Amino acid sequence: MEKFVQLVVDGLSTGSVYAALALAIVLVHSATGLVNFAQGGMAVLAAYVAWVLTNQGVPLILAILASIIFSFLLGAVLERFLMRRFERGDPDTAVVVTIGLLTLITGIAGWLWGYNNQQFPSLFPLDTVSVLGVSVSIRSLGTTLVIVVAMVAMQALFAGTKLGLALRAVAINPQSAGYSGLPVERLLMVGWGLAAVLGAVAGALVAPQLTLTPGMLDSALVYALAAVILGGLTSPVGVVVAAWLIGVLENLAAVYVGFIGFDLKVAVPFILIFVVLIVRPQGLFGRKTVVRV
Amino acid sequence: MTLLELEDVTASYGPVQVLDGVSLSVPDNGAFGILGANGAGKTTTLRAISGAVRTSGRIVFDGKDISGLRPDQVAALGIAHVPEGRGSFGDLTVRENLRVGAYLRKDRKGIDEDIDYCLDLFPNLQDRIRSNASALSGGEQQMLAVARAIMSKPRMLLLDEASLGLAPSTAKNVYDAIRRLRDESGIAMVVVEQNANLAFTVVDSATVLETGRSVLTGTSAELKGMDEIRRAYLGG
Repeated sequence: MEKFVQLVVDGLSTGSVYAALALAIVLVHSATGLVNFAQGGMAVLAAYVAWVLTNQGVPLILAILASIIFSFLLGAVLERFLMRRFERGDPDTAVVVTIGLLTLITGIAGWLWGYNNQQFPSLFPLDTVSVLGVSVSIRSLGTTLVIVVAMVAMQALFAGTKLGLALRAVAINPQSAGYSGLPVERLLMVGWGLAAVLGAVAGALVAPQLTLTPGMLDSALVYALAAVILGGLTSPVGVVVAAWLIGVLENLAAVYVGFIGFDLKVAVPFILIFVVLIVRPQGLFGRKTVVRV
Repeated sequence: MTLLELEDVTASYGPVQVLDGVSLSVPDNGAFGILGANGAGKTTTLRAISGAVRTSGRIVFDGKDISGLRPDQVAALGIAHVPEGRGSFGDLTVRENLRVGAYLRKDRKGIDEDIDYCLDLFPNLQDRIRSNASALSGGEQQMLAVARAIMSKPRMLLLDEASLGLAPSTAKNVYDAIRRLRDESGIAMVVVEQNANLAFTVVDSATVLETGRSVLTGTSAELKGMDEIRRAYLGG
């Protein structure tokens, strides 16, 4: 039993990292209608910025804050000078551009800082606390907590604020949004900026555990995309729950299902997606879209 | 009084010139029609006013040259555009669509009152207030598009083919509401419509476009009396 609870808690913690990236993907999708494959790469870049600053003696929390500001600007600039050229065209082209961007960013990070694993200081102490008779690392708890806060904030942004409504409107129909007086181009930049901020948070949370490399979030991105499909592209709560589900299930399957083990556990979320999408094509929490013609 | 004036406006999509010198002047009350066949440049004229296409020539609204402004800047001056095809925000509810229309306003109480006014003008929307716009029928979406435009409290409304794809009785309902809006609100209107019979139920005067030029302008009565207009646009 103790082992089981421990596995669940660990799963929630890794799931939270997938969740952070998934939230960023949902944010960009809600605000621009695109899936941004470069989200993980941008997050890694943010983590490197924080790492460079801590090496210069800047306190960790300030370094992370600086990397968050850097990320907002990076997201806004990428939207303004790169993605804007593709947003009005074929969405497939724009998505391929984000994949290219991921490769480019990874290459730049490798060129600047090399491919060696770098130690990244942890925001949370490495101690453990006892919860229900199980020792749980404070880092796991802290990571999970930060993601819950981010999820609630995002849900509130999109459901309850004028900015959130405006971001969604621009993603759905930029032309009509302009006719209604929405500053479309500025809102697209804000959407990308906010998503990059979420990515930066994810980067700072996961870097201590995975150690910092240019490809640090590549596999996390795959899980995050799985969570996005599973949870539904429109639902922040949905993708977080899906990410946790994936994190926990893959941990449990690796230990309890003999033939899966640690090598095959990457297949778990995809089997899950397969099953869920047959039953609920809009994802667990996604809204069904009805289009009349 | 003239509220909007176009002087020799030209516009092109790539190498294709769509507007070849459109001139018209729209009074500050009542409704002004733009008639013409498919491809005559009616929609592009509205898009030119809204800043959605690049133009040359002068476009003056309320004494200010607005050519070269972005659509949101034009909207901020008080011009609301109901685009061809309705331009609904499909994944937003009817109420959210109306709130997007009111984006530039800060008076919360006035916004609520105007939502009530829209629901009174278009009672069909009342029952669908929580539905996603994409689930509405074509007629309801057209009503929503007009309502969304009203929510910005505009001085001028640009209406593009409000009858397109609607059953005749539905189109008539939409135009009945537009006429009521014209009489009650004092919002000036530019009505683009291929169905000239419908257009003449609301417009006081109109211009006829042919291949990107205004060829004829007159009051509704004058235009309806002309043989060539009857033959070309009124079905007899």
